[in-house]
Amino acid sequence: MLKAMISQLRTIWTILQHTFTKAETVQYPEQMPYLAPRYRGRIVLTKDPDGEERCVACNLCAVACPVDCIALQQGVKEDGRWYPEFFRINFSRCVMCGMCEEACPTNAIQLTPDFEMCEYDRNNMVYEKEHLQINGTGKYHDYNFYRVTGLAITGKDKGQAQNEAEPIDVKGLLP
Amino acid sequence: MPVIQVDGQEYEVEAGKNLLEACLSLGLDLPYFCWHPAMGSIGACRQCAVVQYLNAEDERGRIVMGCMTPVTDGAIFSLSGDKARGFRQAIVESLMLNHPHDCPVCAEGGECHLQDMTVMVGHRDRHYRGRKNTHRNQYLGPLINHEMNRCITCYRCTRYYRDYAGGTDLAALASRDHVYFGRHSDGVLQSEFAGNLLEVCPTGVFTDKSLVHNYTRKWDLQSAPSVCVGCAMGCNTLPGERYGKIKRVHNRFNAEVNGYFLCDRGRFGAGFVHDERRLQYPGLRNNDGRYDAINHHEALQYMDRACAPGKVAGIGSPRASVEANFLLRTLVGEENFAPGFSDAEQPLVELVLRLQQDSRALVPDITTIESADAVLILGEDLTNTAPRIALALRQSVRNKAYEMAAELRLETWQDGAIRNLAQDQRSPLYIAAVADTPLDDVATNRISLAPDDIARLGNAIAANIAGQPNADLEQPLQEQVEMITTALAGAQRPLVLSGTGCGSTAVLAAAGQVADALCGNGVPAMLCLAVPEANSLGQALLTGCDAPGLAQLQQRAASGEFDTLVVLENDLYRRGSSAQIDQLLGAFQQVLVLDGLDNQTTSSATLALPAASFAESNGTLISLEGRAQHHYPVFQPHAERRPSWTWLLACMKEMQREEVRSLHHFDDITRACAATIPALAGITAAAPDHHFRNAGVRIPRQTHRYSGRTAMRADISVHEPRQPVDEESPLAFSMEGLNRDQPGALLPYVWAPGWNSNQSLHKFQAEVGGPLKGGTAGARLLQSGIGAGPGTFTAPAPFKAEPGRWQLVPRQRIFGSDELSALSPGLAELVQPGFIEICAADAQLLGVTEGDGLVVTKGITKGATEGVTTGVDNTLATLEARINDSMAVGCAGFSVGLAGVQNLRPLAPVSLRRAEGWQRRSPELIGSDRDAGPGGTHV
Repeated sequence: MLKAMISQLRTIWTILQHTFTKAETVQYPEQMPYLAPRYRGRIVLTKDPDGEERCVACNLCAVACPVDCIALQQGVKEDGRWYPEFFRINFSRCVMCGMCEEACPTNAIQLTPDFEMCEYDRNNMVYEKEHLQINGTGKYHDYNFYRVTGLAITGKDKGQAQNEAEPIDVKGLLP
Repeated sequence: MPVIQVDGQEYEVEAGKNLLEACLSLGLDLPYFCWHPAMGSIGACRQCAVVQYLNAEDERGRIVMGCMTPVTDGAIFSLSGDKARGFRQAIVESLMLNHPHDCPVCAEGGECHLQDMTVMVGHRDRHYRGRKNTHRNQYLGPLINHEMNRCITCYRCTRYYRDYAGGTDLAALASRDHVYFGRHSDGVLQSEFAGNLLEVCPTGVFTDKSLVHNYTRKWDLQSAPSVCVGCAMGCNTLPGERYGKIKRVHNRFNAEVNGYFLCDRGRFGAGFVHDERRLQYPGLRNNDGRYDAINHHEALQYMDRACAPGKVAGIGSPRASVEANFLLRTLVGEENFAPGFSDAEQPLVELVLRLQQDSRALVPDITTIESADAVLILGEDLTNTAPRIALALRQSVRNKAYEMAAELRLETWQDGAIRNLAQDQRSPLYIAAVADTPLDDVATNRISLAPDDIARLGNAIAANIAGQPNADLEQPLQEQVEMITTALAGAQRPLVLSGTGCGSTAVLAAAGQVADALCGNGVPAMLCLAVPEANSLGQALLTGCDAPGLAQLQQRAASGEFDTLVVLENDLYRRGSSAQIDQLLGAFQQVLVLDGLDNQTTSSATLALPAASFAESNGTLISLEGRAQHHYPVFQPHAERRPSWTWLLACMKEMQREEVRSLHHFDDITRACAATIPALAGITAAAPDHHFRNAGVRIPRQTHRYSGRTAMRADISVHEPRQPVDEESPLAFSMEGLNRDQPGALLPYVWAPGWNSNQSLHKFQAEVGGPLKGGTAGARLLQSGIGAGPGTFTAPAPFKAEPGRWQLVPRQRIFGSDELSALSPGLAELVQPGFIEICAADAQLLGVTEGDGLVVTKGITKGATEGVTTGVDNTLATLEARINDSMAVGCAGFSVGLAGVQNLRPLAPVSLRRAEGWQRRSPELIGSDRDAGPGGTHV
């Protein structure tokens, strides 16, 4: 009898002690939590340091996506760059796994620490290119795919990419 | 069969193969680049290195190239030994030294043999720190994109282009690490088979230009087994679709029809499927001549009202499926159904069928054509009418080389050695044609003759072979006859080819005579006859040899026998002069037309119904060798487009016709057709019916990596519909199912683990280069070589050139002579303006030079005034003059199918004169220069 009562009192004492500990609960949204830059939230498309679209519509993000929620169509700009004619992410399907970012060979697609994507209408969860494209480089500031690739574009001829020699003169007679 | 030991395991392999072929056939993965099953080995890339041991005691071994090593009994190899693997890894690393960082922006990525092989050997880090070589690209025409930086110098392109396809304008230039594969200068690749470079190149040097500008990766393409509708060859294709557009056409391997290669008309000619002239909704002509879009219920009710009284005639189509034609024939009745040929073409196609049925000669497939050791072509320009046969003939002339190689006991895959040995010694190939042909460079001799003289030549050869020479030929021709007779009579497998291309029944009959005479000598001769369209022979089989023609239908309509005409997928304005067709259509009170594209016939219709294209419908087509082949829809038709058979079946159901009560599925129609038409009894064997399941599941049209499923339609609604169910075939519009071990007719794409490129095909073949594991697609309908002989034939009188009078002879063009392929934007750039070809002497006589205009008028000569009315304009056409000195004397060649030649008929006598004030035309197709006309347009 006495033993059981002591147990009860000890429990009440423990609970009372918690009155003075620091609360773990954050008063979201008044109080915003810290999210690291590599947090996997809303997806964006970034631009290269020169301000051009980074996405080359290679389709690797789409094929890496485990829920198949990325669809795009490639096109070629007048200057020779590949770009997405449309780029659509259905966020109502997205599981924020980040596989698209890992697959992206140009650092174009990146996940951001923004997770606040509540909508009353599910159709509003479908983001087109104009909703995804941001005007900066995101997490990776220096990479510019077209300075590395062998594909020539206006302003970068054959042989002008990183680590490339001048184009060979096929008709030259020197050995 | 020799037994070899690979990595300690003993395998029985086929003698006469090389180790690479043997390993791939056994299912062992051995990387390679330069070897190609159709082109043999040269050992250039050093990628297929293995270690060969002298005997069981030898522990050191030596590195040999798999593709250059014959399999011999007791040989011991190691594929997985460190030495071999290290060597192969080093080779890929050295091949990749200059390879650019292009994969994301390369149209080969995801189906790149170089990617596959790099992963297979395990190469990852590039140790070379030097700078990468770069090259400037060339403009190679509107079809093929050039990106020379990506080249790994395997030499496959030039070996294919020059050695296999006989092209001359692509070569390896410069030396050492400067080697460049391209043309001497920018320009359109001249070969008709250049498109195969896309599939032959193991990486992204040559890519599809139209695909590059609207790109979809291989894994995202939905594809289904299809059949090319560009000509009567029936090449098997794999069209790939994404977002409702056919993005590209790849080759689908069929050992007996097209092997590994397609022609450019087939590969780049499917653009009409999403042409802006496609009809979307049924159009009913209203009182002011415009078309109102109606829905399919209203359309069917209208059809029911129009057809119910029973005074209906039907015109079928040699480019529509057997089933659609059969339904129309059932709807209108056998005696009221015209197969849809022009009046000039109908007797030709019927004769082709009769000759093939009656001949004692074999009707060859592509492998037997390649095995021919003496060839005679009468009157046909095969490169432009049935291009894939021309490519096979280029291989047949190499049989001389193989004979020489056999004497030296060289294996057939020793490609470089055999070509060096033979140099330019070839098996005999004789061509008698109205003018030069693109095959002339491999021909022993080409003789230019008027069609009647070609027939006389053939007849004289036949008589000579039979041992009863008739000596009524002129001396120079007689010498040719002797030479050709000697070549054919001395051959083991002689082949005679002809076709409808030169428009002469006499030439066809003569070809039949030659083949039959050879059979009479006990030689297994072959007879191959080309017909114009994808289902021309099927139409002849369906209607038999005495079906009504267009002229007969018109007469009967004029006499009040009919008041309704149903036209199936046929632009009649390509089948006769405008006046004739106007008269034909005018004889009917209402004209119902089913077609895919808006053309002059649909614009003359009372009701036009939008028909699905080959890529959106099931169908059976019968190729020129009498092979029934099934094509499946690649994607579902949009809007109110329906396959023609669906329209016709629904119409007959609406009419409550007894014949169709038990027909529900496409297969039911095929079976009904086979049961009704004895000649077509075999078509049900062409492919499995819709009940077929592969190990219990369907065969997927989409790869297992197909992406974007939950986003493709999300802009319309996030609520994803169920995948469409295909009730007419064993294929599924989804990625679920099993693409393995199925019948050959049901192969929607090739892919195997580790093999993403088209080289994965060998995983689907019974042995490398051999037929598919599931059997060769299609069913042969013609019983080859059991006929009694074609009967006697009297050669026509010698052709006499008369001053001021020419005989019109057709000049076929691979781009533009057929109805649909040249609507593709890329090919449209290559279509030439319509022209008249005459020899230089005639040009001088007429006072014209190249590029001047020529007026073609009905032939007026002393004595012969047939068909000529004085006092009216007898002008048939005004076309650009071309001077071609190889043109037979007294003949004028006209470009078939191009703008401005509607009124010209093969073999018609015409007069020519210089056109005053001529302006050079721009390239156009028939119909593209027409005005809106009284009917207006549907667009």
